[in-house]
Amino acid sequence: MKGRFLVRFKKEKYLQMMALLGMLWIFIFNYIPMYGIIIAFKDYSIIKSISEVPWVGFKWFLEVFTDDNFLPVMRNTLGISLFKLGLGFPLPIVFAILLNELRGKHFKRFVQTISYLPHFLSWVILGGILIAWLADTGLFNELLGLANTEHEPLNYMAKPQYFWSIAVLSEIWKELGWNAIIYLAAISGIDAQMYEAATVDGANRMQKIWFITLPSITGTISILFVLAVAGLLTTNFEQILVLKNSLNAPMAEVIDTYVYRMGIQAARFSYATAAGLFKSVIALILLLSANKITKRLTGHGLY
Amino acid sequence: MSKVNKIKSSKGEQTFDVLNIVLMIVVCFVTLYPIWYTVVLSFNDGTDALKGGIFWFPREFTLDNYKAVFRNRGIITAYTITIARTFIGTFINVFFTAMVAYAFSKKDLIGRKYYIALGTFTMFFGGGLIPLFLLLKSLQLLDTFMVYIIPTMFNFFNLLIFMSFFSTIPASLEESAKMDGANDLVVFLRIVLPLSKPVLATIALFTGVWHWNDYFFGVVYINKSSLQPIQTYLYKIVAEAGSSRMAISNPVGVSKSNVTSNSIKYATMVVTTLPIVLVYPFLQKYFVKGVMLGAVKG
Repeated sequence: MKGRFLVRFKKEKYLQMMALLGMLWIFIFNYIPMYGIIIAFKDYSIIKSISEVPWVGFKWFLEVFTDDNFLPVMRNTLGISLFKLGLGFPLPIVFAILLNELRGKHFKRFVQTISYLPHFLSWVILGGILIAWLADTGLFNELLGLANTEHEPLNYMAKPQYFWSIAVLSEIWKELGWNAIIYLAAISGIDAQMYEAATVDGANRMQKIWFITLPSITGTISILFVLAVAGLLTTNFEQILVLKNSLNAPMAEVIDTYVYRMGIQAARFSYATAAGLFKSVIALILLLSANKITKRLTGHGLY
Repeated sequence: MSKVNKIKSSKGEQTFDVLNIVLMIVVCFVTLYPIWYTVVLSFNDGTDALKGGIFWFPREFTLDNYKAVFRNRGIITAYTITIARTFIGTFINVFFTAMVAYAFSKKDLIGRKYYIALGTFTMFFGGGLIPLFLLLKSLQLLDTFMVYIIPTMFNFFNLLIFMSFFSTIPASLEESAKMDGANDLVVFLRIVLPLSKPVLATIALFTGVWHWNDYFFGVVYINKSSLQPIQTYLYKIVAEAGSSRMAISNPVGVSKSNVTSNSIKYATMVVTTLPIVLVYPFLQKYFVKGVMLGAVKG
């Protein structure tokens, strides 16, 4: 038995070499950091190795949860995410359905092409445009001033109360078209005969959308909903980091940026890892439970 | 009766069609205008732009902003870093990921089930920012160019896309090469890779765009300004502008005072985004397929 294994292994030695190189990379860059999580339970210091430093149990988690700074961070994370889920999740579905209802083929392709473009621009560029527009001398204030001569110019990026709206709307601006692709693909897979039969039965546009299009894409919607819920604590790091500044930080600091600030900028490695681990574990639990609930409700799930 | 109904509904449908078209035009305008505005201001005299009132076209056309950009050492260095990491990083990532995917696509590979399970798990759970940072530190990758290349040279999600493509290649092609004495590595390089051009191009485009747009690595893992990519360079300018209470633009240290920090920023943004816009038609050709494959697999 063992001999046969060796013979087989030898026969595919080149394939194994290729596969094991990949596994080596996965081990180093995925699994060693997973092992590194244990510093959340230790008193880590940069001058000693992980195995040398003492265990401290849940000390850092207690410190995170009792930290006065952490509550606003949780509030911002959940607030921005729920806002994005409530508005940013249904809009691409609506957009895809409306696109599909367009009669002109060329016009439809044109709109699609334009709407995908912002997905490929970096958050630095978009953030740069936004910050310039929303500044007191920026275009937004200029337009408001034209509409209302008594308008007082305001730097919206410096006011915490506008941050959530800015974050949610700018993400919708960037990803609306892109997030609609998957629904468009699902819609294009619907059997045309269903629509023809409905037409014969006298159904109008709205009825066809409501009774054919939407039910046909619930599977896709469910799967994407599971993923969206699983990502509730994962705000868009690259976006928030660009838009956040010292003035709007009270409403802008989210778990991801907090981990970055505490861990890498303030070098509180154990503390930041504990906060980050809390996020990953909740995300995993959310994924599993959202999947279970969606599966029970619609019969569609991730696995 | 039914005739009346038909006319009524078709009128409703016409209104719907018109409203839909109007809405779509609004979406297109809202999407394109910020980009257009950026281009307009990048060609406008900086001091003149401070007066406001520019909406559609440059008022005082100038190329000085671009001249200032191309004379700026920091920008040129950062741009070079971006080009280097995009080409090197993409090439290594695509080659390495495809190679591992080829091995994983062989159904009788010993341990295949475990390899794929271990890889799949990494898509749902990871060590997070700090442990990765400490790992890169102990590997002495921080503040080196290689931090852009090595930690990004493999992508399990792309591996799944490669695997599903490789499984469509007829086995007879590989077998005949093996009869001639070629080993699996040679088969991969000489037979499989040339047959996989479409999927290689797709993944390369997406990886390339990611590398081009990424500013995060430059912020977190790099301190030396000589190693930061153009997006990180821009991030630092942009973040500074956002935190200042009044976004009054001061002339930069350029001989011509009609160039302001704002106008130079707009020109840099255009120069940074231009390559993405240039590859966009190619991207578009491939990405719907890419997303679909991802959806089936993911």
